[in-house]
Amino acid sequence: MRLTLHVWRQKNHDAQGRFVTYSMADASPAMSFLELLDVLNEQLTERGEEPIAFEHDCREGICGSCGVMINGRAHGPEKGTATCQLHMRKFKDGEVIRVEPWRSKAFPVIKDLVVDRAPFDKIVQAGGFISVNAGGAPEANLIPIPKPTAEKAMDAAECIGCGACVAQCPNGAAQLFTAAKVSHLALLPQGQPERTRRVQKMVDEMESYFGSCTNFQECEAVCPKGISIEFIARMNRDYLRGSI
Amino acid sequence: MILDPKIPSGPVEGKWDRHRFEMKLVNPANKRRFDVIVVGSGLAGGSAAATLAELGYQVQCFCYQDSARRAHSIAAQGGINAAKNYQNDGDSIWRLFYDTVKGGDFRSREANVHRLAQVSVNIIDQCVAQGVPFAREYGGMLDNRSFGGAQVSRTFYARGQTGQQLMLGTYQALSRQVAAGKVQMVPRTEMLDLVVIGGRARGIVTRDMVSGEIRSWSADAVVLATGGYSNVFFLSTNATGCNATAIWRAHRRGALFANPCYTQIHPTCIPQHGDYQSKLTLMSESLRNDGRIWVPIKQGDARIATEIPETERDYYLERRYPACGNLVPRDIASRAAKIVCDDGKGVGHGGRGVYLDFSDAIQRLGRPAIEQKYGNLFEMYERITGENPYEVPMRIYPAPHYTMGGLWVDYNLMSTIEGLYVIGEANFSDHGANRLGASALMQGLADGYFVLPYTIGDYLARHMGEERIAADHAGCREVEQEVSERIQRLLSTTGKRTVDSLHRELGHICWEQCGMSRNAHGLQEAIGQIQALREEYWDSVTVPGSGEELNQSLEKAGRVADYFELAELMCRDALHREESCGTHFREEYQTPEGEALRDDKHYSYVAAWEFGGSGGEPVLHKEPLEFDNVPPTQRSYK
Ligand SMILES: Cc1cc2nc3c(=O)[nH]c(=O)nc-3n(C[C@H](O)[C@H](O)[C@H](O)COP(=O)(O)OP(=O)(O)OC[C@H]3O[C@@H](n4cnc5c(N)ncnc54)[C@H](O)[C@@H]3O)c2cc1C
Ligand code: FES
Repeated sequence: MRLTLHVWRQKNHDAQGRFVTYSMADASPAMSFLELLDVLNEQLTERGEEPIAFEHDCREGICGSCGVMINGRAHGPEKGTATCQLHMRKFKDGEVIRVEPWRSKAFPVIKDLVVDRAPFDKIVQAGGFISVNAGGAPEANLIPIPKPTAEKAMDAAECIGCGACVAQCPNGAAQLFTAAKVSHLALLPQGQPERTRRVQKMVDEMESYFGSCTNFQECEAVCPKGISIEFIARMNRDYLRGSI
Repeated sequence: MILDPKIPSGPVEGKWDRHRFEMKLVNPANKRRFDVIVVGSGLAGGSAAATLAELGYQVQCFCYQDSARRAHSIAAQGGINAAKNYQNDGDSIWRLFYDTVKGGDFRSREANVHRLAQVSVNIIDQCVAQGVPFAREYGGMLDNRSFGGAQVSRTFYARGQTGQQLMLGTYQALSRQVAAGKVQMVPRTEMLDLVVIGGRARGIVTRDMVSGEIRSWSADAVVLATGGYSNVFFLSTNATGCNATAIWRAHRRGALFANPCYTQIHPTCIPQHGDYQSKLTLMSESLRNDGRIWVPIKQGDARIATEIPETERDYYLERRYPACGNLVPRDIASRAAKIVCDDGKGVGHGGRGVYLDFSDAIQRLGRPAIEQKYGNLFEMYERITGENPYEVPMRIYPAPHYTMGGLWVDYNLMSTIEGLYVIGEANFSDHGANRLGASALMQGLADGYFVLPYTIGDYLARHMGEERIAADHAGCREVEQEVSERIQRLLSTTGKRTVDSLHRELGHICWEQCGMSRNAHGLQEAIGQIQALREEYWDSVTVPGSGEELNQSLEKAGRVADYFELAELMCRDALHREESCGTHFREEYQTPEGEALRDDKHYSYVAAWEFGGSGGEPVLHKEPLEFDNVPPTQRSYK
């Protein structure tokens, strides 16, 4: 495959960034998108140029490290697929591809395609947990949890924290990420004691970094795990209930 | 050096309880006076950091990812074992203990394994209380499955994402302690060396991966939870950033490295499809429950799978192992695949693959049942290969997956350096020569939640009131200096080759000569090749960019340099062990039927290697293994 890539290059947070064009003559349809960048980076390095910095680790769509805007869409064209799981057979020979970092004020660029997603950690630290110390847990089967409830909690818990939801949102809102964690814990009996406090603290923390949700629903469309915006409604309900 | 495993006396069932009672305690008010460094935020490191903080210690926790939640543990799919016996199928702590010792082919320490089986039940309680959404039955009780050929159903799971869910539980516990000010989380920071002063671990030297700053951190004890070293093979199922740098640097500072040659090759991975490939993807072992493995009988048969008639297929596992068939343990399944491929019967890219065929299961159970069970795995397979496994058989091939070897630790999980603890996959402790499926998650969490937090207290209590060294101590400065010089050396190389190209070459040598089967001649050759390539590495590698910025080439270059040294030790260990056991298969030592032939008389010991200086020969120390409870037998899966 022949491809033309316009890639965002930015030396560091303070530097001015710009698109640089690279043409690739030897891409294979069986490559993953990140392997395409690997091959390009090998070529750049051999030419004595600096390779493109991009984030990745598991390359199995589960760690949430990877993620770039591909032709304006977070994680690219394939639904329910993280960048590392996207393969070049989804592109056409001769295609022009624009590659950018996540676009959000809350996620400043560190270098090239790498951004700082630390605010996600802060939201979880604000209350995204159940306060139980090691050793203090009751017997696991003491509290039965109906299968549908457990399944629903699992649907929410699948979030990989990649940040695609924020990157795609015209407001740069983090509702889907926050709602996924809030709902995962609020659905389970173990999460009840701290339910109200948790949602309030997490939402307040979220609002100190991110924009507001106005229901564009773009987050759901690009989420590699298909997390439903239904969880946002659930979070809002819990939040309101706690405020009265 | 005397290797004292410090195994408590008395019957194996009572050792841990008695030991817990006999260990010294740190008074609650004094705990906050102690600083503990935990390197790694995976299941082992994250759980240890959170638990130590809950107890009152001050903790600093490091990881190389941008967030603690992304540690490689997150990628585990299949499940976690625990001896709960919820299915009433005869499981017990004793049975889990027995299975693990036998599964490890009698090369692990009984006392450690028993403790692991004992605390396994607490792990599940803990995780459920944290909100881990394990799979449940309609009655609301926890569901279990049988995994990796176990005779009982003791594996707990959360869809195909068990590691992720356990990891998030740990991350949440850790986040709670960060918020409480008890854990300082230091992400995007790589440990590049260990500070040892007066024979004791006193701190670490790190590089800030964004600014490039090199600095020291001092503490009263250091815990390494940095995972395994499968990436020595370049292509493996591990995350691309997994590295051996932390444990290798500690090894160079005096920590013995145990059983480096015990590396597990997982049988069901998607085969390599091109030279540009960056990693191999694991397909859950559960697929072997319904898939049948075969190759064409004729060598080099170029027909597509569906055109090869039944009579011209060799279901080689069912043929060789009528009792276990496709469910034989990992090491046996992997080796069998290699044998048929070496024989020219492999399928797909380069003849390195075998079929995993679901057509019988689809006929027998119907497509919806298969979809329900394996739908997400089939989707993943199709996404990666572009082939639809409902219509054509999957192609699979073994890939490096897990390393049983690691830093030697005693029963307290302390290495041969005082005050340096090693937990999770980074140590060698519980799996002997072969790990059973769903036991790594169990071990990581056992170490972090329930073992280390006790044993480290005993060490700290003995050093109560002693002065802590400062981070600008001359001993720290010296190590910082060495780290900076090494980085400078990598940056100033004038070669032309990329780090990856050299790593690939190293991986190829290891895979060919020290992979699924080994022999003396090949290993000797490999050692020479690795040494030569290592020389070449420092001359011919190119590392663009500077040290004062995010520089992924530099990160990789340092890790690969350590892999070059570790690879040689791995081969030396494999060469010295003149027997076959578990995953270590020496072609010279096999039964007439081609099975592993152990030599308990001469090799029933842990091989713990002492660093012999740069370019020097490593020194072997032996910890004899005794089996009082599970008498060694030959593993038979016929
Ligand atoms: C694809 C796959 C599937 C698996 N499935 C299962 C399964 O179903 N069941 C099972 O029991 N096991 C499974 N395993 C094995 C299991 O996942 C691992 O053995 C286990 O998770 C390791 O945990 P850990 O905490 O020891 O290390 P890791 O999770 O690897 O964590 C290592 C940590 O150390 C940090 N680190 C590493 N080096 C440095 C450094 N130099 N400086 C600073 N920080 C550093 C990393 O940032 C990370 O936080 C699987 C493994 C793979 C690869
Ligand atoms: S690299 Fe882990 S999700 Fe893509």
